[in-house]
Amino acid sequence: MLYNEPHPLETKVLTRRFGLENSASLDTYLATEGYQAFEKAAGMKPEQIIEEVKISNLRGRGGAGFPAGMKWSFVPRTSPKPKYIVVNADESEPGTCKDRLLMEYDPHQLIEGTLIAGLAVDAHAGYIYIRGEYRYLIEIMDKAIAEAYAHGYLGKNIRGTGFDFDLYTHTGAGAYECGEESALLESLEGKRGIPRIRPPFPAVSGAFQCPTILNNVETYCAVPPIIRDGGAAFAALGIPKAGGTKLTCLTGHLNRPGVYELKLGFPVKTMIEEVGGGILGGKKLKAFIPGGSSCPVLTAAECEGLTMDYDSMAKAKSMLGSGGVVVMHEDTCMVKAALRIMRFYAHESCGWCIPCREGTAWLRKLLQRFHDGMGQRSDIALIGDLAKNMLGRTFCPLGDAAALPTISIVEKFYHEFEDHLNGKPCPYEEAGRLVPA
Amino acid sequence: MTFSAELENRFAKLLTSYPPGRQRSAVIPMLLYAQDEIGSVTPELIEEVARRTGVTPLQVDEVVGYYSMLHKKPLGKYHVQICTNISCLLRGGMELWEHACEKVGVGHKEATADGQISLEEVECIGACSWAPAIQVNYDFHHFVTPEKLDRLLDGLRKIH
Repeated sequence: MLYNEPHPLETKVLTRRFGLENSASLDTYLATEGYQAFEKAAGMKPEQIIEEVKISNLRGRGGAGFPAGMKWSFVPRTSPKPKYIVVNADESEPGTCKDRLLMEYDPHQLIEGTLIAGLAVDAHAGYIYIRGEYRYLIEIMDKAIAEAYAHGYLGKNIRGTGFDFDLYTHTGAGAYECGEESALLESLEGKRGIPRIRPPFPAVSGAFQCPTILNNVETYCAVPPIIRDGGAAFAALGIPKAGGTKLTCLTGHLNRPGVYELKLGFPVKTMIEEVGGGILGGKKLKAFIPGGSSCPVLTAAECEGLTMDYDSMAKAKSMLGSGGVVVMHEDTCMVKAALRIMRFYAHESCGWCIPCREGTAWLRKLLQRFHDGMGQRSDIALIGDLAKNMLGRTFCPLGDAAALPTISIVEKFYHEFEDHLNGKPCPYEEAGRLVPA
Repeated sequence: MTFSAELENRFAKLLTSYPPGRQRSAVIPMLLYAQDEIGSVTPELIEEVARRTGVTPLQVDEVVGYYSMLHKKPLGKYHVQICTNISCLLRGGMELWEHACEKVGVGHKEATADGQISLEEVECIGACSWAPAIQVNYDFHHFVTPEKLDRLLDGLRKIH
């Protein structure tokens, strides 16, 4: 059963097997061009594989949007150390629920993606780091991995190519920070998920201090179609500098929330109105988060003419992020939204960098006080100042992730903070509960 | 410590899943899978995992405090985790959380006296498009309403 009906405006490349009978099985995968990209890649030179990924304009789908082919090219192939492929399946950016479906409905596509990455950098082992809450997905992936071993798609001398590759799942145990690449690697080594100082980057010193490719689930899942149909075909689906499609999670005040695969460059308005079925109760759009709660919030006016891609979002001073779209309608209290987002980052800060550890805790307290009607006018500027002092002053992006939405909400919804200066609890709560009636 | 055969098999697989000399990697998965079986991370479990992975008990203990799914106190047989993060908040997650606290009569990370049900307000569980969402142990429930939650909780009280 699918979580939501597909939409005619989708472009189904990575999700094309969703909805097929037994879509997670090896039989279904093989019947639908499965593992053909691996066979093709096995006949290519490693540089050719990387070149094809570069041509595809595939950019990292976890949030940072770094060009995948370039990342792969940083791995020193001739290093005498073993190399590793690590899959970031620690999906936990609020608003994001797409990697879950890629693993649930098409686990072999992910396995094939890691195999091709292995061929490209001469790696012979891979780890899929799956967040602990996704236990059922670990079971699905383990089953698919066992099936792949049984039919010679993993293990020694895969399909007679002479290439060996072992793949393992690894469970997390509840820590947003482990979605950050270097903290993930620490966690994979059995430690607290504290970020590493970079350089060296994982391509040179990653898992077990060896050269490592670390990408998001969706990034690896894009590789088999890229190799099978050519990088140029994938690039052509998107826009210049950002190839292909993006799994987009529509969440919040929409009539038809769901996960949809849309071409990069898809218009935001059409996405909300048509794919998402418009806003609940026919209400007006107030605020829009393009890719997870760490992105700066955009106003309805800023969404005019905006498209879902990396550069367009950067121009609007936000980010495409992970594809976790959060839509908020006119009755939403933005102070409450800022507070809930900050509670999350304060809870998840690993505590290593002081600006993040202290900043998120202070901001949480300030925003709570404001929402309770106990704020003072000078606190509005203080919230903005505290957040700006966190920017760029931490080892990993969690500090920025907490600061950016806060700064944007204070700047763009300043009057809502003023509306809370009445010594009473939130004025928006009675007028329009956050819950749809 | 003795564990079920299934858990022993899992441990054996975990201890050979990482490069030679890197058995410390198995610490977190071993703790989580063992916690599922014995109910919490006990001092004995910490000693046992340390012994099997060749690290000090302190190196095991220090990760327990870091990962939110690991806990030293036992929770309920059915651990009901309600997400109130932004996407769930917009669809009534906070009201669901308040409703659950009132109905079950316990608060955050607390269990009922009979040990049957415990509650936790959790951060994003990755079910944002099907909000509000909750997890009972590892099972997801999507588009949860207070009425659906009532039926679910009533059912959990009966299963022993």
